[in-house]
Amino acid sequence: MSFELAMVEQLAGSTLRVSTPLLFAALAGLLCERAGVINIALEGLMLVGALAAAAAALQTGSPWAGAAGGAAAGAVLAALYALTVIRLRSNQIVAGTAMNMLAAGLTPFACKLLYGSSGATPSLELGARFGSAPIWLAWGLVLCCWAWLRFSVSGLWVRFAGENPEALDSAGISVNRVRWLAVLAGGALAGLGGASLSIFLSSSFSRNMTAGRGFMALAALIFGKWKPVPAAAACLLFGFADALQIRLQGVALWGDRPVPVQFIQILPYLVTILVLAGLVGKSRAPRALGLPFQRD
Amino acid sequence: MQMKNLILTVFLLALTQRYAEAGEFRVALVFDKGGKDDRSFNSAAFQGATRAKEEKKIFLKHVEATDDNAFEPLLRSLAQKDFGLIVAIGIAQADAVKKISAQFPKTRFAVVDAEVPGPNVKSLLFEEHEGSYLVGAIAGLTSKTGKIGFIGGMDIPLIRRFELGYEAGFKKVKPSGKVISNFIGVTGEAWNNPAKAKELALSQYGAGADVIFAAAGASNGGLFDAAEEQKKFAIGVDSNQNWIKPGFILTSMLKRIDVAVFDTIVEASEAKFTSGTRRFGLANQGVDYAIDQYNEKLLPEAVRKKVDQLKAEIIAGKIQVPDYYRKK
Repeated sequence: MSFELAMVEQLAGSTLRVSTPLLFAALAGLLCERAGVINIALEGLMLVGALAAAAAALQTGSPWAGAAGGAAAGAVLAALYALTVIRLRSNQIVAGTAMNMLAAGLTPFACKLLYGSSGATPSLELGARFGSAPIWLAWGLVLCCWAWLRFSVSGLWVRFAGENPEALDSAGISVNRVRWLAVLAGGALAGLGGASLSIFLSSSFSRNMTAGRGFMALAALIFGKWKPVPAAAACLLFGFADALQIRLQGVALWGDRPVPVQFIQILPYLVTILVLAGLVGKSRAPRALGLPFQRD
Repeated sequence: MQMKNLILTVFLLALTQRYAEAGEFRVALVFDKGGKDDRSFNSAAFQGATRAKEEKKIFLKHVEATDDNAFEPLLRSLAQKDFGLIVAIGIAQADAVKKISAQFPKTRFAVVDAEVPGPNVKSLLFEEHEGSYLVGAIAGLTSKTGKIGFIGGMDIPLIRRFELGYEAGFKKVKPSGKVISNFIGVTGEAWNNPAKAKELALSQYGAGADVIFAAAGASNGGLFDAAEEQKKFAIGVDSNQNWIKPGFILTSMLKRIDVAVFDTIVEASEAKFTSGTRRFGLANQGVDYAIDQYNEKLLPEAVRKKVDQLKAEIIAGKIQVPDYYRKK
């Protein structure tokens, strides 16, 4: 009995840890997309956040300084993204892909300049890493984001920037300014997501350590119907599927032959497909998503 | 006009980048996705090549592939630039080397971890199961719970070979012990996912394992973090990784890719290149377990003695280490 209890406890802990970077990234995507800007650059934003956080934590010995560094770096790359897609009105998918490639190349390069190794930053002492703070921070941000979008005036502006930018414009609010701020805040959040990878879930930045999590977060956002709480629940579900597959590997479910590892490993993806295919119902994107705003 | 001049200058500068001096032997090194600084597999190859560069008069160029589709164009473009020897690191390059070596019969190729036939190809293979057997025995002699863990990057035959040898070595000293085995992922990202490796390690430690061996490239860092947090032991792979977290890394399973690459480059530069397969096992010190100032306190004399005895028996052929490649 106590063994099973310990197992459940471990599974829950693992779920919360694994879903934390996804939560940050999904919130980042949510902010941008509710404001009408597609953000497939989450992966790249997380990567620069992960590197900057590791570097800042290494320099100061404080994980909070690391988190701040990660958020700042995410915001800087997001500014570049905003410049190309809002100011210069380039295609958001193309520009987002370019940001991902830029980050994938830039981070090992910067790492090489700083630490003489393109593979990883030196590893952080336990004191320069987070205990469980990022989990609380992520869930706190989910609630803040939900309340803000729902109850505040500026939250309303963000929603209008994505649904009906013309109406927002005729109310005298600059659509592009709202979008700029949303993208920058999103960049900072994604940077925090990256930071949670490098200074919470591991002890250094290493190349391409996001391993597709930015895209997982995007999927969570879509099947959370672009709403904070359902998107967070989707992240948690992904995290749970991942944590569960870790524990199911090599376990014999029936008979004495374990299920092949590859079948277990498709679990998170299978869950995604099943949930997307039937369980969530219709998921509708913000109406003006992906359309640059231009005054007539 | 000024702009035109600028472009022209840049273009000319690009043309005059350093080329090999006359008489220098030209060597190209192609890393796989882990990259030159993975502190493991690719790093070992780079060390070997760097040593060759310091000791011999060679020109060394090294490139990294960003994904598995990049190997073929990379190898082709290097072959076209008449390098004397192209060294491909990693099993993922096997198909590309096979194809390109046939198209450029005058260029010599070496490939690590894969067996590619051809009159101009040298295959450098390691007997991973033998080295893994030794670290498995060390794990068994150190474990107090009788449970140990294994974490592989991907579930591929090469990594199963590590696992099988490790398990056999462990069972040799702890016949009733248990091995918990996990794999990180199904794509190349698995070699770069320390966060996932750490979760796997935490789950294995939670299930009672007190020593974990990981063969997962750059993901190994996640295991070391988990070992440090849980105050348990980890075993490194390929390069000597003992220094990364002293006190928590029991030993490392060494694959002397550095020696293999060094020897191959030196032979080729002295026009003594031979094609065919060369195997590196315990007998010729191609694989081994690492002992240095970082872990000598973790391995008592009795453990070392026992392991060295097992090593001698394997070399003498008294112990047959099960080999996944020959498993039916």
